[in-house]
Amino acid sequence: MRVRVEQTPLPGIGVRHDLVTTSGRTVGVVSHRSGRRDLVLYDVDDPDSCLASIPLTDDEAEALADVLGASLMLGQLAGLRQQAAGLLTEQIALPAGSPFVGRRLGDTRARTRTSASIVAVLRDREVIPSPGPTFLFEANDVVVAVGTRDGLDGVTAILAGDTDG
Amino acid sequence: MHASTVLLIEIGALLFGLGMLGRMGRRFGLSPIPLYLLAGLFFGHGGLIPLSASEEFIAIGAQIGVILLLVMLGLEYSADELVGNLRSAAPAGVLDMLLNALPGALFAVLLGWDLKAALVLAGITWVSSSGVIAKVLGDLGRLGNRETPVILSVLVIEDLAMAFYLPIVTAVLAGVGLLGGLSTLGVAVVTVIAVLVVAIRYGGTISRFMSVKDPEALLLSVLGLTLFVAGVAAELKVSEAVGAFLVGIALSGPVAHHATEMLSPLRDLFAAVFFVFFGLSTDPADMPPVLLPALGLAVLTMLTKVATGYLAARRAWIALPGRLRAGLALTPRGEFSVVIAGLAVASGVEPKLAPLATAYVLITVVSGPMLARLPDYAWFKNLVRRRMAARRTTQKPLPSAE
Repeated sequence: MRVRVEQTPLPGIGVRHDLVTTSGRTVGVVSHRSGRRDLVLYDVDDPDSCLASIPLTDDEAEALADVLGASLMLGQLAGLRQQAAGLLTEQIALPAGSPFVGRRLGDTRARTRTSASIVAVLRDREVIPSPGPTFLFEANDVVVAVGTRDGLDGVTAILAGDTDG
Repeated sequence: MHASTVLLIEIGALLFGLGMLGRMGRRFGLSPIPLYLLAGLFFGHGGLIPLSASEEFIAIGAQIGVILLLVMLGLEYSADELVGNLRSAAPAGVLDMLLNALPGALFAVLLGWDLKAALVLAGITWVSSSGVIAKVLGDLGRLGNRETPVILSVLVIEDLAMAFYLPIVTAVLAGVGLLGGLSTLGVAVVTVIAVLVVAIRYGGTISRFMSVKDPEALLLSVLGLTLFVAGVAAELKVSEAVGAFLVGIALSGPVAHHATEMLSPLRDLFAAVFFVFFGLSTDPADMPPVLLPALGLAVLTMLTKVATGYLAARRAWIALPGRLRAGLALTPRGEFSVVIAGLAVASGVEPKLAPLATAYVLITVVSGPMLARLPDYAWFKNLVRRRMAARRTTQKPLPSAE
């Protein structure tokens, strides 16, 4: 499962990270010391040379990383959904007035009470996978939960503070 | 007319002319360096229009130009980068020195020149310009290529070697005897090593003295420190160029990054003055007789550079196309060869050396970047592919190829 990312120093320029995909293609990122970065794709015929070198701005790199990270997460969730019919995935935003802002995930006792699981939290465009019971909620967090329809509704209600816990 | 007004008119016309030349050159994809050299030949001694009033100004500007070229070279690297991959890159560096410095030295001996001239010519044919090559690699989109670290490590070794070579040349050219030369070399070696150690250990502390927040103060302090250290180094006979190079290495992190940005335009200005100055000190009438030897030397040393890159890349298990790319990319020689030749000219060694070096640099600087581009053409790729296919059929593939 772990992918080997190779790091090569480029004296005077910066550093290059690259990895070989299962399909045999090599992709890499050249990080310049000036903060600039290029996405590089290698030639199939001549694996020593790069076919394209695409400069990315800070925002573009962040957007690309987001897309790649998010698609991974959604792909895993889609797989889960196919395996077990009747299981649903939902993104539930933590309401502003939620009693759980600043409290621990364990305090919700969501799984015990609804049998639905909180599998990830989205915060500041970042995915935090499998948060533990000691995970602290913050305002504007979005919770990704997996469970039955009733279970997910239960989690929504708990996070909103609508149940007498 | 007042002397200072003549100076203004001369310098102004000269810089404006250089700007137009550079613009024209860029249209044809030419490096401006050879054009500046030609401009220098055009003016000055034996040239068409002598620049009399501004001679002194240009001479000082040229000296500052060399110092700025070197400090920027130092800023490019951190001390860790220079020393860090020394062990892995050293074999390629030694190969590079043997294959490229020796032909220059032998050539000088063949021409019947003395050992001083041989030492200088060895340096001229040895060093590729890391500035030119890094720029060419970036322009061609090859920074991600696997042979690029090989090329860069050869350049790093060359630049590091210059820190030791320049004081030797300075000492030899100054005509100090064997004992004096050895002691100068000793001072130089100790200084260089001490600065490297200090830069690795305390580079951050030195850099913290200079605030990135105030650009004006940063510019003045970096420029001031560089000129001061260069002057002190020259006083110690270590060569001002090495002093400037060491200042560049000692600065690191954001300070180095910002200093690079701010000094670049200054470097461009004074380096252009330096190239013109070098051209100025050469009489165009001396050029024709040395053209043919220069051409021969250029062809010979381009071949040895290709061989250097080829062998260095082969050590890193890079396939044939990459080896050729590495070899051809290493051929551009530029400002550094002029810097070395400039030292020799200033001290009045072998009179034919300056025109030869000028012709050599003109040839290599123009043809080098073109050669570096060669592997990107379809016909070249096809040729290499056919060679590789032919080799595969003639040699039965062994499990441990190579």
